[in-house]
Amino acid sequence: MQAELIEIRNHMVQHAPFDELPTEMMDKVVAGIEITYFQAGTDILELGQNNNYLHYVRSGAVEIFRRSGELYNRVTEGEIFGQIGLMMNRTVRFPARAIEDTLVYQIPFELFQYLLQSEEFTDFVEIEDRSRLRSANSRREKSNQLMTAKVTRLINRAPVIVPNTVRLQEAARVMTEHGVSALPLMDESGDKPRLCGIVTDRDLRTRALTHALPSETPISDIMSTDVTTTHSNAFIFEAMLTMLHNNVHHLPVMDGDTVRGVIALSDIIKHESQSSLYLVSNIYHQHDVKGLKKLSKDVPDTFVRMVNEDANSHMIGSAMAGIGRSFSQRLLELGEEKLGPPPVPYCFMALGSMARDEQLVVTDQDNAMVLDDSFIPEEHDAYFKALAKFVSDGLAECGYTYCTGDIMATNDKWRQPLKVWKEYFADWIDNPKAEALLNSNIFFDLEGIYGETRFTDELQEFVAKRASGNPRFLAMMARNALGRTPPLGFFRQFVMEEDGKHNKTFNLKRRGTAPMSDLIRIHALACGSRAQNTFNRLKAIGATELIPEDGVDNLRDAFEFIAIVRIRHQALAIEAGRKPDNNVRPEDLSPFERSHLKDAFQVVNQAQKFLRFRYNAGAVRNA
Amino acid sequence: MPEDNQQTEQQLSWPERLAELANSSNDERLKRFYEAGCVDADTAIKDVPMVALDFETTGLDPNQHSIVSIGLVPFTVDRVMLSGARHWLVKPALPLHQTSITVHGITHSDIDQAPDLNEVLGDILDNLKGRIPVVHFRAIERPFLNVAMNWRTGEGITFPLLDTMAIEAHLHPDRSLNFWQKLLGKQPISIRLADSRSRYGLPHYPPHNAVVDALATAELLMAQMRHHFSPETRIGDLWL
Repeated sequence: MQAELIEIRNHMVQHAPFDELPTEMMDKVVAGIEITYFQAGTDILELGQNNNYLHYVRSGAVEIFRRSGELYNRVTEGEIFGQIGLMMNRTVRFPARAIEDTLVYQIPFELFQYLLQSEEFTDFVEIEDRSRLRSANSRREKSNQLMTAKVTRLINRAPVIVPNTVRLQEAARVMTEHGVSALPLMDESGDKPRLCGIVTDRDLRTRALTHALPSETPISDIMSTDVTTTHSNAFIFEAMLTMLHNNVHHLPVMDGDTVRGVIALSDIIKHESQSSLYLVSNIYHQHDVKGLKKLSKDVPDTFVRMVNEDANSHMIGSAMAGIGRSFSQRLLELGEEKLGPPPVPYCFMALGSMARDEQLVVTDQDNAMVLDDSFIPEEHDAYFKALAKFVSDGLAECGYTYCTGDIMATNDKWRQPLKVWKEYFADWIDNPKAEALLNSNIFFDLEGIYGETRFTDELQEFVAKRASGNPRFLAMMARNALGRTPPLGFFRQFVMEEDGKHNKTFNLKRRGTAPMSDLIRIHALACGSRAQNTFNRLKAIGATELIPEDGVDNLRDAFEFIAIVRIRHQALAIEAGRKPDNNVRPEDLSPFERSHLKDAFQVVNQAQKFLRFRYNAGAVRNA
Repeated sequence: MPEDNQQTEQQLSWPERLAELANSSNDERLKRFYEAGCVDADTAIKDVPMVALDFETTGLDPNQHSIVSIGLVPFTVDRVMLSGARHWLVKPALPLHQTSITVHGITHSDIDQAPDLNEVLGDILDNLKGRIPVVHFRAIERPFLNVAMNWRTGEGITFPLLDTMAIEAHLHPDRSLNFWQKLLGKQPISIRLADSRSRYGLPHYPPHNAVVDALATAELLMAQMRHHFSPETRIGDLWL
């Protein structure tokens, strides 16, 4: 290559996949480039035409079309097109047209073949953008033990089980003899034995010994029924979430009705030094707000450690939500210790990201209380108000700042009996008003985290039934969901905003994960799903024919990618001693991330268009 | 600045003149160049092989200043072939001015290693022959080469060329501003290479390297042809 043509090489190596190629390779390629110029509006590649070049856009913008004529992609400075046809008989599969005056560097077929010697290049071109995103996500997950290992790997003995008819002392003897800390109990009265309960070391201590129960007591008197289990196909990661979620330390692993074994929290900790579990179990050992506050200082470290261990966004989001939930639960326990038992049953409800299991480190508290319908404000509210304040203040101490929108149980409006909550939801759904729905959006991600969770189950059921049959509500929600668009300009460049420090950034939450969870929520509501987590919602949507099948996969991949970039951005900030935020400067991203983010934002873009069309969101007027 | 006036003197067509010069020339290299000839004036621009040519010089006067580097890139209106791009540094006959160093970035030590133009002349002419040279501002390359060769071989050189600056000037005849436009702070239309390129959406290239400037000129001609001329345009209407 003429040394003077270095300018051309320098431009190319700023862009994927050329940024990963060796210099000698790039020199050889640049020396063989042919340059062409296309006026805006002219065809570059026509369907079926013979094409012998890989096209690199040096300046300008190009639209790529499907065979049907439908717009497939926009390609701009630093991006390539034409590769699919090159790999398929050198015949154009996706026609291309210049939409601006465009200068194209063309790489002849022989050099394209030469480039295919590079694995990085081959990876990049073989899989077009959507699937490119998928492989980007999975490449990362491959290295992840928790994701790939099944729970059965933690079971290395035949199950130790006894019939539920044994006596206390016999149960204790079996546990000691086999060195187990939990014992599944089988009901053998039917055709085949069924799991009907479990006792743990802790149960023996707290329920039997402290009350000096006689050794002949039937074990069924102290066992826990309603056993939380996992199935033998579950990943260790899923088992870990189940434990976090239900605050149990032992999980029987089931093969249908058969107990395969029991895994304990300590087994998982041994398997993967997953510190979020230590943190959670420590939370329950704290006896005052001061202790919790001290512990909360470890939360960012736990977050960073999970990121560095290459956990995916679902794991991190669930673990952080689990931690937040544990802080809330422990504060409620402490509150009840202080204020006495509640005068009527109640449920403490998480809203927004915690309910979705998608919490990160920068988060405020969004919560509410659902009270039993026997609630009489004059008699009972003083108690719940005080409890709500105790929890809310405690959470604030632990770094979960007060909700600026006052969506907290301390707000009288959000501390109401179940019947009032149903009226709220009925009103939101039956008389949808755009403005009001913007504010109540957050209530459509709800989960009971303490107390009578049947109340919140009932609410979820209520919402799922009511929302799916109400097109006007869905249209209004859809319209609101279109208010925040991905930061991608018409020509696929990033659209930046200025942050407080005059940096050009874009907000990965406001312009990325939030619009996505908004639009996925609407599809989930439309198909009557009770799922709250975005990935679970996508699963539920995938089971219907609401959106095309690859649409679900694309959304999942895009969401995962945007979420993980956001998570890594925050982890980097924490490690650098800065306050984590959601504002990303494009220059802080790798070319790989930039390229895939554009793909992901493109998916959001398409999904928003579909949403508008599917729910007729363009046509709704405020009633 | 001496504008070459070969065009007005010219009685014969370019192909005829080149054929005549091929007969009269005594220099082997020059003879080869002329013998390759050039396309007929009626040839459509889309069928004309061209070569973008750029010199870096120590100044603007061919009688006082010298060539320090030569860059060329062969192309047609459809495509530029980077594989044919060439670049030569040559030792200027006259000392390198400090001021010109700051323009093209070629220093005394670069030049000390460089050959005299005479040593690479054959190579250069072989890369030009049979193609129509394209320059941006015709008062440099052809006159400088003419003087430099006259001085070394006793024979000058001439050939038809296209001037992208002349084409821009033709497209924007009213470039000077009237009183009111000046008063209103309007900027005159610039026909300099970089400014002309930006009107066609062509990217910015760092200036003052002979190959890159030649490439920039080739791209500009492609863009001018796409925007303002039919591919069937006669080369005879464009060359100077």
